[in-house]
Amino acid sequence: MIGFVVRRLVAAVPTLIAVLTLVFVIVRIVPGDPALVILGDQATPEAIAALRARLGLDRPLHEQYLDFLLASLTGDFGTSLVTGRPILSEVAGVLPHTLDLTAAAMLIGVVIGVPVGIWAALHRNRAIDVAARILSLLGLSFPVFVSGIFLLLLFALHWRLFPVIGNANLSDPADRLHKLVLPAITLGLVMAAYITRVTRSAMLQVLSEDFIRTARAKGVPWRAVVWKHGLRNALIPVVTVVGLYVGILIGNSVLTEIVFNRPGLGKIIVGALNQRDYSMLQGLMVIYCFLIVVVNLITDLTYGLIDPRVKHA
Amino acid sequence: MTPLLEVDGLVKHFTVTKGFPRPVTTTVRAVDGVSFSVRRGEAYGLVGESGCGKSTVARAVLRLIEPDAGTVRFDGADVRAARGEALARLRQRMQIIFQDPYSSLNPRQTIGQALTEPMRVHRLASGRAARDRAAALLDEVGMPPSALDRYPHEFSGGQRQRIGIARALTVEPELLIADEPVSALDVSVQAQVLLLLRDLQKRRNLAFVFVSHDLGVVRWFCDRVAVMYLGRIVEEGEVSAVFTEPLHPYARMLRDASPVPDPVGRGALPRIVGEIPSAANPPSGCHFHPRCPHVQDACRAAYPSWRRRGERGAACVLV
Amino acid sequence: MTTRAAAPAFMPVAPLRRAVARFLANPTTGIGIILCVLIALSAILAPWLSPHDPIEQDVIAQLSPPSARHPLGTDYFGRDVLSRILWGGRISLIVSLSAIAAAIVIGGAIGMISGYVGGRFDTFVMQVMDVLLSFPSLILGLVVVALLGPDLVNLVVAIGLTAIAPFARIARAPVLALKQRAFVEAGRALGYSHARILFVHILPNILSEVLVMGSLWMATAVRTEASLSFIGLGVKPPTPTWGGMMRDGFENILDAPWLAIFPGIAILLLVLGLNMVGDGLRDATDPKLRAE
Repeated sequence: MIGFVVRRLVAAVPTLIAVLTLVFVIVRIVPGDPALVILGDQATPEAIAALRARLGLDRPLHEQYLDFLLASLTGDFGTSLVTGRPILSEVAGVLPHTLDLTAAAMLIGVVIGVPVGIWAALHRNRAIDVAARILSLLGLSFPVFVSGIFLLLLFALHWRLFPVIGNANLSDPADRLHKLVLPAITLGLVMAAYITRVTRSAMLQVLSEDFIRTARAKGVPWRAVVWKHGLRNALIPVVTVVGLYVGILIGNSVLTEIVFNRPGLGKIIVGALNQRDYSMLQGLMVIYCFLIVVVNLITDLTYGLIDPRVKHA
Repeated sequence: MTPLLEVDGLVKHFTVTKGFPRPVTTTVRAVDGVSFSVRRGEAYGLVGESGCGKSTVARAVLRLIEPDAGTVRFDGADVRAARGEALARLRQRMQIIFQDPYSSLNPRQTIGQALTEPMRVHRLASGRAARDRAAALLDEVGMPPSALDRYPHEFSGGQRQRIGIARALTVEPELLIADEPVSALDVSVQAQVLLLLRDLQKRRNLAFVFVSHDLGVVRWFCDRVAVMYLGRIVEEGEVSAVFTEPLHPYARMLRDASPVPDPVGRGALPRIVGEIPSAANPPSGCHFHPRCPHVQDACRAAYPSWRRRGERGAACVLV
Repeated sequence: MTTRAAAPAFMPVAPLRRAVARFLANPTTGIGIILCVLIALSAILAPWLSPHDPIEQDVIAQLSPPSARHPLGTDYFGRDVLSRILWGGRISLIVSLSAIAAAIVIGGAIGMISGYVGGRFDTFVMQVMDVLLSFPSLILGLVVVALLGPDLVNLVVAIGLTAIAPFARIARAPVLALKQRAFVEAGRALGYSHARILFVHILPNILSEVLVMGSLWMATAVRTEASLSFIGLGVKPPTPTWGGMMRDGFENILDAPWLAIFPGIAILLLVLGLNMVGDGLRDATDPKLRAE
C-alpha cells in the first residue's frame, strides 16, 4: 500500500510540471504588452520599462520559466498587480467560501444521487426509474446560472426565504449556512443529476455480471447480493465521476458565485481577468493546478482502497 | 532448383520493461533461431502448441513483425533488406490468411470493396475490370458473385474465411502463409476450407506455410512439416515419416496425444509430463529436458545440435 | 477441439437499421429531436419570424412586460425579447456547431493517429491531452476567451479547445483495439500504406463512437457558450446572445424578472433537446446495452 501511494505521488510530479508549463504558456500568449495594458496609453516609455523590469518580463523566456517553476513549487505564488498583496493570502481569504460551497454541493449530490441511482437501477424501467432518468436529464441540462437565477427568483425574491447577496460572515455559522443554502442546492442538484446517472448505469452493469447471478443461484438473499457484491463494485465508477466532476464543480462555482454574489475563487478569477491582473491570474491558475493534482491523487488513493486490483498494478 | 522461401536463423525477441522503482526487463525469446525452406508448390507445415512461436515466424517472414536477426529470401531476393517498390512487389508474391474469420474483414467495407482495393493499390486493375476479377476470384473460392455487394456480417465463419482467401489471391501470390486457417471453424466447415486450399494449391501451384496446432490437419494437408518448441524447430521432415516415426521425444509426445479415430489403431494415451515452460525463462540446455522421458546429462548441459537422418533431422541426442 | 471466435464487439452495418429503430422508438429521443429541430428552424428562420429588429431600441417601451406587441416583453433598451431570443439562437447554434465540428476533426485526428502510432509518441500525446482535460471546460474557455478577446471566432476557438482532449480520447480508445484486428494486419500484408489503413479502414469504424460523443458535446458547448456570454465574455453586444440576455435579466431582476426567465427557458430547451438526442444515440449504439 505504501508503495502504491509513493508511486502515485511520484507520478503526479511530471503532470504537475506539465500543467504549470501550460499555465506559463497560456499567460504568455496574451497578445500585447501587460505592462502597457496596466499602465495605460499615457504611460511614458520609462515607466513601462520600469514595470516590465519589476515584473521580470525583460528577462529571457527560459529564465522566466525556471523562476516561475521554482517559485510555484516552493509555494510562492506571486503578488497581485492590482492590490499588491500576496496572492496566497487573497486566496486564503476566500477559500473557506469556495470550500463550503464545493463540499455542500458534493454532499447534496452524493446524498441524493447515490441512493436514487441505486433505487432506479433496482427497479429498472418502472416508474421510479423513468422519473429518475427524466429528472436527472433535466438536472444536467440546466446551466448552473439558469437554475441559480430561477431559484433566486423563486426563493429569494418571490418568497424572500433566502438572501440575495451571499457574503457570509465567516464566524457566524448560522449566517454561513443560511447564505449557503441556495447556491449549494443549485450546484448540488447538478451534481446529483450526474451522480444519479452514473450510479444507475454502474449498478446496472454490475448487476448483470455473472458473479451476481452465481451469488443468487447459490441462494444468497437479494439484499445481501446488492449490498455486499453489487455496491462495492458499482462504487468504483462513481468515485471516478466524483473525482472528475470536482473540476466541473469548480468551474460552475464561478457562475454560482456571480449569481448569488458570493465571494470565492471563481469571482477572483473573473476579477483578475477583467482587471488584467496577470500575476494574479497566473498565481490563481497555479493554485488551481495544485488543487486538481491533489484531488486526482485522492481519487486514485480511494481507488486503491476500494479496488484491491489497483494496489498491485 | 532454388527454393521459393528460405529462412535462415530467424530471431525475434520481445522485451518488456516493467516495475518501479527498479525496472525489470524480461526478454521473451519468441523465435530463437529458426531455419527452413519451402519449395515451389510445396505445403510446409509448422506445428507446435500455443506459445511455441509459430505464428511469430509466420508474421516475421512477411515482415508484419520485423525480425531481429536472420535472413529471409524469397525466390533469391532478400526480404529484410527490401524497401519501397521492391518490398511492394515482394508483398504481392507472398500473402497470408488469418485464423479469426470474424476480424479478418473490415466490417465497414463490402466484399467487393475489400477485394478490389488491393487491385487498385497495386495497379493491377480498376473499375469494371477489377470487379470482374473479384467476381472470378469469388467463384474460385466457391462464393457467388452476389457477395460482392454484401457486408461481412452477412456471412458465416466459413464463408468469411473463403473471402479472406480470395482477398489473399487478388495479388496473385506464389506463397500463402496460413496461420491456423481452420482452427476457428466448425469441424464440417474445416473440411470444406481445407479441400478448397488443396484445390487452389494444385491449380495455382501455390506454396504454403501452414501453421497449426492440429496435427491431423497438418498431416492431411502438408508435404513436409517442422515441429516447434519454445521458439526453435526440434524436428523436421516428410509428414508421413515424422508422424509415424517421430525422432524427437517432443514430437512423439505431440503425436501420441492427438487422438486417432480408429479404435483398433488407438493405443493407450500417454501421460503428458509437465507444461510448456515460459519462453522468457527457458530451461538450460535442451529446452525439453525437464519433461523428457529419455533425458541424459548431456541434455542438461548444452542445447543439442541438429542431426540429420536422410531427408529428416532433429535437435536431439537420441538421433 | 475447435473454438468459436468471439462475436464482433463493433457494430456491424445492418444492425444499423435495428439501432435506428431503437433510437426512434425511445420516446425521450423523439421529444429531443422535435425540440432540436424546432429550435434550429426558429433560429434559421429568425429573420422572418421575428416581429421586430432585435437591436432596434425603443426607449419608451423599455422594460415592459409581455404584451401583444412584444409577446415576451422588452429589455432595458426597449428591444423586443422574442426577436432577440430567435436571433440569439443563431449564435448559440453557430458557435457550438463550429466548435464541436472543429474539435471532432482535430481531436479525432489526434486521437486516431496517436492510438495507431502507439509507443512513446502515444504516451506523450495522451499526457498532453490529460493535462488539457484536467482543466474544467468553463475555466479553460474563460481564460482563452479572456486572453484572446471576446468575439465569435475566438469563442469557437475557446470552446473547441475545451473539447479537443475528450474527442482525442474517444477516438483513440477503439483504435487501440482495432489495431490488433486481423483486417488491419491483412492491409499491411497487402501493402497498404499507413495512411490508407487509417482513413479507409480505421476511421469508418470509429465514426459512430465519435459522432455520438459529438451530439452529447453539442449540449455542453451550448451550455459553455451561454455561460461565457453570461459572464460577459461572449459575443459583444448589441448582438443578442442568450447568455448575455440572462445577464441583462440578472441585472434588472428586481424590475423585470421575465428578462431572465425567457432566455433561460430557451437555453434549457436547447440543451435538454441535445442531451436527449445524444443519450438516445448512445443507448442505441452501445454494444453492451444491445443484449437487453
